[in-house]
Amino acid sequence: MADTKVDQMSVNVVKEPSMMTGAIPGKDWMDTTVTFKPGNYCYPAKKSIVEYLDKGLPGLFGVPREWTVESDDWQLPENWVEIILQGMRERLDKFRSFKVFMDICVRCGACADKCHFFLGTGDPKNMPVLRAELLRSVYRGNFTKAGKILGSIAGGREMTFEVLKEWFMYFYQCTECRRCSVFCPYGIDTAEITMMARELLHLVGVGTNWILEPAANSNRTGNHLGLQPHTFKQNAEFLLDDIEEVTGVMLKNLTFNRKGAEVLFVIPSADVFAEPGIFTFMGYLLIFEHIGLDYTISTYSSEGGNFGSFTNNELMKKLNGKMYAEAERLGVKWILGGECGHMWRVVHQYMETMNGPPDNLEVPKSPITGTVFENAAAAKMVHMSEFTADLIKHNKLKIDKSRNDHRVVTFHDSCNPARGMGLLEEPRYIHQHVCNNFYEMPENTIREQTFCCGSGTGLNTGEIMDLRMRGGLPRANAVKYVEEKHGVNMLSCICAIDRATLLALMEYWNPNVGVCGISELVGNALIMDGEKERDQDLRFEELLGAGQAEGETGNNEEGE
Amino acid sequence: MKHAFLAVIGLIVISWLGSLVGLDYLFGVVFPYLAFAIFLGGFIYRVTNWAKSPVPFRIPTTSGQGKSLDWVKQDKLDCPATFWQVVGRMILEVFVFRSLFKNTKAEIHDGPKLVYGSSKWLWLFGLAFHYCFLIIVLRHMRLFLNPVPAFIGQIEFFDGLFQIGVPVLYQTDLIFVGAVTFLFLRRVLIPQVKYISFAADYFPLFLIFAIAATGILMRYFFRVDIVSIKQLTVGLATFSPAISGDIGSIFYIHVFLVSALLAYFPFSKLMHLGGVFLSPTRNLANNNRMVRHVNPWNDPNIKPHSYAAYEDEFRQFMADADIPLEKELPPEPEPEPAAEEAPAADAAAETPKPAAEEAPAADAAAETPAEKE
Repeated sequence: MADTKVDQMSVNVVKEPSMMTGAIPGKDWMDTTVTFKPGNYCYPAKKSIVEYLDKGLPGLFGVPREWTVESDDWQLPENWVEIILQGMRERLDKFRSFKVFMDICVRCGACADKCHFFLGTGDPKNMPVLRAELLRSVYRGNFTKAGKILGSIAGGREMTFEVLKEWFMYFYQCTECRRCSVFCPYGIDTAEITMMARELLHLVGVGTNWILEPAANSNRTGNHLGLQPHTFKQNAEFLLDDIEEVTGVMLKNLTFNRKGAEVLFVIPSADVFAEPGIFTFMGYLLIFEHIGLDYTISTYSSEGGNFGSFTNNELMKKLNGKMYAEAERLGVKWILGGECGHMWRVVHQYMETMNGPPDNLEVPKSPITGTVFENAAAAKMVHMSEFTADLIKHNKLKIDKSRNDHRVVTFHDSCNPARGMGLLEEPRYIHQHVCNNFYEMPENTIREQTFCCGSGTGLNTGEIMDLRMRGGLPRANAVKYVEEKHGVNMLSCICAIDRATLLALMEYWNPNVGVCGISELVGNALIMDGEKERDQDLRFEELLGAGQAEGETGNNEEGE
Repeated sequence: MKHAFLAVIGLIVISWLGSLVGLDYLFGVVFPYLAFAIFLGGFIYRVTNWAKSPVPFRIPTTSGQGKSLDWVKQDKLDCPATFWQVVGRMILEVFVFRSLFKNTKAEIHDGPKLVYGSSKWLWLFGLAFHYCFLIIVLRHMRLFLNPVPAFIGQIEFFDGLFQIGVPVLYQTDLIFVGAVTFLFLRRVLIPQVKYISFAADYFPLFLIFAIAATGILMRYFFRVDIVSIKQLTVGLATFSPAISGDIGSIFYIHVFLVSALLAYFPFSKLMHLGGVFLSPTRNLANNNRMVRHVNPWNDPNIKPHSYAAYEDEFRQFMADADIPLEKELPPEPEPEPAAEEAPAADAAAETPKPAAEEAPAADAAAETPAEKE
């Protein structure tokens, strides 16, 4: 848990001198340096992990070594400045986004108070504009004439160790949530800038263990958690027993690595591993069994998430490549993807470009409703919420909404599906059809303006809890609003990192609010063939008015 | 800020002195030509330089419902899926600053309680500034064109609709100065904006203010020889520049400042004029799952850890867990029950941890790397 008690934190964020509370720093930002102390940085990657990754992608992760962040000697290669500058030059030539975003910011400040980390810390370097300037200043100092000649007058500076420390601090206080880019009049996307900065940091061997170890795991075992095939399967099958206990139905359709299945289902691996993701997983399986979907799950491609995307585009591509490779090996027709945020950023905006075209797959078509998912015609991969919404629309799910009556639900738009996909209505449609008590958070905190959980892009690690609780404050605060107004007690989402991190965030700021995936709510409400009288939900918690609702069938709407 | 201020003062002094010592041709002809050439060449250079870098990934910031199932209403302007929808989004972005229109202001109060209020002043004054600038530039076309096109007369008529003063006061002049002043004041008065501002932010504001001020002085207060000016400007436009008569220092100061702005433009943040059109988060359709997007430097040699290598490493476990294999196990004299071998993760399944984040369960991945690619 966080080092600072919530009562103290509640005062700190309002009273401590910060740019959010009206304090004006006396020193120019270029003259303020960072100090690392326990709690404000993520632990560096272990030598063995970097060695492993270096074998697959030589040179991209720096020299494997043990180093400490608080030390003044990071054991960087002698020519590290050159490596960074050369890396910048290459990326300026490879990414138009990077080049344009380095040049066109007018520093209007519209983005300043859009960042959850700025709102929670008041640290000026967490204003997206200034976060970008950390990199931009080095760009100006080395790649523009004015910056080379006039130096700091023209906003340019040299690449020094102090700058590198600053990068490591603040590009790991950005979750690439893209909220700032919604408001930027030129669409400058801090996520792009953070990605570039992190690529550069990795080049000189500055990376965090929380990101690189899961990435290494994912490469070798198929998933971030490092679950080996038999364990992955056992974990998943273990949940079948829970499902049987709750519903009285033993599901038959779950298979692993089965050739010839129609659909390959890819999930964020946390969904078979930990609460509350496991309940979401139970929901998926119930839906598939209910409609008789011919699907299989792969242990080789058992991770939808992609911690590689928090390092560099090469590792992102390498990890993501498993999905198409496995889909083709198994001979499935198309791929269905579970509820995961950054997984879907990668799937929706990068996958087909990086690893496509998937020649042997077909345009996804729901075997149940006949709906052809034209929006996935090239990438051949459908989002669980799209799939479920289509099922509900065609009245293919028998639903008893009242089974979620013990929940008063609000929906957290996960950043990536919201601002990297435009997946806004499908989750809402599902909610409206599986639960009776649904309330939206205030409009500045949902949909494309949604606030990050505060722990995305591999910041979901325990050593920076205080920071995470600050970064998550805007989200938690909006939940608190509907908790007080409508008695909301359940925060649903479509992201595995959310399911883990919002749980911690709610425990801290709003201890009466639980966290779930949407498919858990669907699973609760599904009326399964041959089920017993349901008096518990998938968490073994009592249903409201359990025992009285016997024989009640769903109040599912007809498809319009 | 002081560097920027001094720079503009310096420009004014230089041009004033220049006009005093009779360098009319230099300031009235040479510098304007030079500046325009730098502007044009620089602008083209910058835009083509940007365009030379490819767009490897299609990364629009989706700000509304994307194209999905038929019955889900797509937000075509905030989440375009086709070329023409992108054009729509870009028009709104370029002509009415749609993203900036969404601006909010956040405050934190006791509780803690975060509140977000609408904040449209920057949008309003930004829009006013840019449109007034445009109208003023169009009005100035009168000086370069002979005969003067009718639309310029119409612009002038509407700009001076209230018929105040002689010569008639243009509203755009007033609004323009007000908007520039606003943009300056918010830069020094809002702590967050002040903190991020440096010379490159103040210089264009001071310069533009000085241009506006000298222009206004020339029109409403100092008398300048308008006939000689038109002769010079039309001459400039027709590449036969000639200076006749004494036009007055204020004119040369004004023209030199404009020249400075033109020459400065391509190398400054003012290039947002060109950049906004090339911004990949705005000018791309959100259709990446629908239509293939090609990355010209995509590296086909980056391949996933192969299934074969994976199965080689875990074949025994997979066989024991009844997971289908590509290659069967070699016949073993004494098959040993391997189901016991993963106690850690088994335990994890039995007592699910409160959150995945607490337990990366690394399985010591890196200890036995099995890369065979």
